[in-house]
Amino acid sequence: MIIKQISIFLENVAGRLAEVTKLLAKHEINLRAMTIADTADFGILRIVVDQPDKAVKALRDGGFTAKTTEVLAVEVEDRPGGLAKVMEIFQQNHVNIEYLYVSLEKNKDKAVVIFKVEDLKLGEKIVEEHGLGGKVTL
Amino acid sequence: MTQYAFKEKELELIPREQLEELQLSRLKTTLSRALKTDFYRQRLLPLGIDNPEALHSLEDLRNIPFTTKEDLRIAFPYGLLAVPLEETVRLHASSGTTGTPTVIYHTKRDISAWSDLVARSLMAAGCTKRDVFQNMMTYGLFTGGLGLHYGAEELGMLVIPAGPGNTIRQFKLMKDFKTTVVHATPSYMLHLYDKLSEVEVSRSDLHLRKAIVGGEPHSEDIRRKIEELWGIEVYNCYGLSEMNGPGVAFECIERSGPHLWEDSYIVEIIDPHTLEPLPPGETGELVLTTLRREATPLLRYRTRDLTSILPDPCPCGRTHRRISRIKGRTDDMLIINGVNVFPSQIEEVLMRMKEVGNNYQIVVEKSGALDKLTVKTEVTPEIFSDDARDLNAIREKIRENLKASISISPVVELHEPGILPAWEGKAKRVIDIREKSV
Repeated sequence: MIIKQISIFLENVAGRLAEVTKLLAKHEINLRAMTIADTADFGILRIVVDQPDKAVKALRDGGFTAKTTEVLAVEVEDRPGGLAKVMEIFQQNHVNIEYLYVSLEKNKDKAVVIFKVEDLKLGEKIVEEHGLGGKVTL
Repeated sequence: MTQYAFKEKELELIPREQLEELQLSRLKTTLSRALKTDFYRQRLLPLGIDNPEALHSLEDLRNIPFTTKEDLRIAFPYGLLAVPLEETVRLHASSGTTGTPTVIYHTKRDISAWSDLVARSLMAAGCTKRDVFQNMMTYGLFTGGLGLHYGAEELGMLVIPAGPGNTIRQFKLMKDFKTTVVHATPSYMLHLYDKLSEVEVSRSDLHLRKAIVGGEPHSEDIRRKIEELWGIEVYNCYGLSEMNGPGVAFECIERSGPHLWEDSYIVEIIDPHTLEPLPPGETGELVLTTLRREATPLLRYRTRDLTSILPDPCPCGRTHRRISRIKGRTDDMLIINGVNVFPSQIEEVLMRMKEVGNNYQIVVEKSGALDKLTVKTEVTPEIFSDDARDLNAIREKIRENLKASISISPVVELHEPGILPAWEGKAKRVIDIREKSV
């Protein structure tokens, strides 16, 4: 399924990430997954939260440069070869992946992989065709 | 007893009274040339200044208004041209306060007069035709490279037109051709020395005996440091492209302040606030009038450089007065590795780019012996993308646009909005944390 991810531009200054988590805590927003892409002097923090619209507003009000991006969340079996199966499907159907990171599904023994794909529509179609488009609970 | 060498002995030792007569006569010629330009006709005719013979003494020069860098921008491109374009053989340009550069044209005789002046300067600094001269200054629109190049050739030195940078090649050239004199910025001389330990060349492989340094202000301490590190003599050269370039003032072997060649320029020192003339010994803004240039005559040009006329005569006997080290600027021009940069040029580039927010900061600092320019800009929510490649592409575009305008490549940093100080006027946008060298 398609979910909203929030990207936040972060300078490489001490304590900046802590300010994000503090702000989210204050607004009682629960973090479900996160990853940081970093370059020499800035980073992009990507998060998945339980209340994305509320989180973006809180972040922007708090002075952060934040943006919503749509990504694919795919349930993957938590055992050897679980991800390999999904990757093979993507490869065969030319779904190019820009990046991915992992979360854990609530109440189930499954992992959720967050994919940022080049062509979201194509990615969604392929996922559905292969029975991977089920709803995930983050 | 010290042996002084003169290329044009009579002219260099000319008694003051005769020098002033020569200046007045040449000033009249300059004024008649200026009255051929659109710019000065518009400026001077309404003031009733329409005839060079109206100048009865050098003091009458004070009736003529100052010319500024802004005027050169207004007159761009041909408003200050005093000869038919076919008489010109070269132009040089330096950074203006905006994207419009300051352009100076030269006739064949202008180039020749400039070369003579530089040759005279080099000889005063003890250079001879037996010297091998490695010119490490930038060639091109900037006057530093070609100015010294032509002068050194005129003197008969063997010139190696090395240009700046490429340290390893510089050492190789110095070693292979037994370079005896180099021309570089003072910071590059320090940088070269730092690199000496990294190359397979030792000081004893080199024949270096003198360095001509210019392009950026520096202290007496820096001169001594370069002299001691290298075991050479270091000569201070002053110039600006509006007055041809290097060779406006040059140190003789006394190395006690550059002689300003008063047969070619009239020198005034003014209070930059009241614009009133200041007596020798007092620091103010240097104002210069060209006395020999045909193509682009300039009257009372405000250099923005702060200096003073040294009141005492030089032991060398030259009657052309010396000026002190440049003590600073009366505008916000930055000199970065010898390149003149106005903060307004950087601002103009940034404001033209829709990808960039309104806030920015310019930081100049030392990185080793050289200057480092960092331009900090903000990532606005509008341009922020989830993709780091997009951000890096924006950064690269900013860098390239800046390089095209200021001809040096800055480090560009992207920052979160609100981190840089908000718009409060220009002063706080520029942070120069280089050790104050004056």
